[in-house]
Amino acid sequence: MRVHVDPSKCQGHNRCYALAPELFDVDDYGNAFERNDGVVPAGLEDKARLALANCPEFAISIEE
Amino acid sequence: MSETVYGPVTDWATDFDHGSPAYAANQHKIWEDLKNSGCPIAHTDRYGGTWLPLTHEMVHSIAYDTDHFSSEGPVVGQLKPSEVPDRIGAPIGPVPPISSDPPFHNEARRLLLPAFSPKMIDPWRDEVIEICNKLIDDMGDADHIDAALQYSQHIPVMVIARMLGLPVEDGDRFRGWVNLVLSGIGEERTEERMQKFMEFNEYLAYHVNDHKENPREDLISFLLNAEIFGEKLSLEHAVGTVILLLIAGIDTTWSGIGSSLWHLATNSVDRRRLVENPDMIPTAVEEFLRAYAPVTMARVVKEDMEFHGVQMKKEDWVLLPFPAANRDDKQFANAHEVVIDREENRHAAFGLGIHRCLGSNLARLEMNVAVEVFLQRFPDFSVDANEMVTWSTGQVRGPRTLPFVVNARA
Repeated sequence: MRVHVDPSKCQGHNRCYALAPELFDVDDYGNAFERNDGVVPAGLEDKARLALANCPEFAISIEE
Repeated sequence: MSETVYGPVTDWATDFDHGSPAYAANQHKIWEDLKNSGCPIAHTDRYGGTWLPLTHEMVHSIAYDTDHFSSEGPVVGQLKPSEVPDRIGAPIGPVPPISSDPPFHNEARRLLLPAFSPKMIDPWRDEVIEICNKLIDDMGDADHIDAALQYSQHIPVMVIARMLGLPVEDGDRFRGWVNLVLSGIGEERTEERMQKFMEFNEYLAYHVNDHKENPREDLISFLLNAEIFGEKLSLEHAVGTVILLLIAGIDTTWSGIGSSLWHLATNSVDRRRLVENPDMIPTAVEEFLRAYAPVTMARVVKEDMEFHGVQMKKEDWVLLPFPAANRDDKQFANAHEVVIDREENRHAAFGLGIHRCLGSNLARLEMNVAVEVFLQRFPDFSVDANEMVTWSTGQVRGPRTLPFVVNARA
């Protein structure tokens, strides 16, 4: 599984970073980006889905 | 200029008043009734003409459409932006960046983002814990407390005053000015109101000058030295931003904390769950933000246009009721139920699009800590049946008095 944050949609709500800091990080401006090229380590799939389900800007996508 | 409309509301679809106590008290029912009667966008002649879209889809599309809707007037008033004397117009607006439009907005916002990013805000946690505990210590062993007057209203003031570099002990004065700007929007421009605005401006001028003479490590000094497009910010820009940070940071979070505590005082099952499982608090706070979102923003129509079948006129106000979007059942399952372990929650309490609340990380930190500490110290509390809970009016909604009975303390 891979996650991706669309930087043109992210407005820095930081929900993904709060819910799944293993998968997402934020820059100095609070804009989110995926860690490790978006590769979701085994066992963190639910956290990836949780982040997607809580992004108010629909900026996160998942490739299964 | 159109004639000013005052007095009681005759019909919520064609004559609503979002500044009235009736709206503050019954807004969830008003939105539902309007939508069920086939009116997803209400209108009023009040404030010179104002629209109230109610679906998540409409609110989302207006928030994103900066070509047709300007942020020049984020708070609806009796005067249209163009009617306000000596006003800084679009794209800067009086209180940048919330009142700014692209492309200026992007630069003005970028200046402020680092100070409010998660990595700069997280270190405030211990200080907020201390503030909350101190406020509860100050209540002594009283069984009857007011969780708004003695708790929620103080928390955001203390943090933002320290961040800006303003005296923390001036909290009462800040709250007075917040009420002046955000409540009482339906009131006439009396001399008393004008006098208070003047006092606010004089207060800010004094502290800005003091920072010029004695620079220090705080946001006011930062703004006085900051540059935009290669030049120092104009004094109007810097002071406008100070006003924004002070006003926007106070009664919004105070309302969010208050509504959360009100929910827990009136829902003992939820309260017990959080007392027993404090690690659920962050998820519950997101649900309180969804269900009791405090903030409605406003936009100004740039040119005559059609929107979802209605004719909007240049300079009409358009409200962005994020709280109504958050209760849209097309977007949220069981939208009218407060589900404290809701897993899917794309709520819009902090807005949508380029004006996402700059202070959202700070607000979330304060709400989480405030709920956590309150439940630790008061595991059982309820609303005092002999007293009244009162709610603010206007574009920021939250309890202004919260008379509680403390049934157990730890």
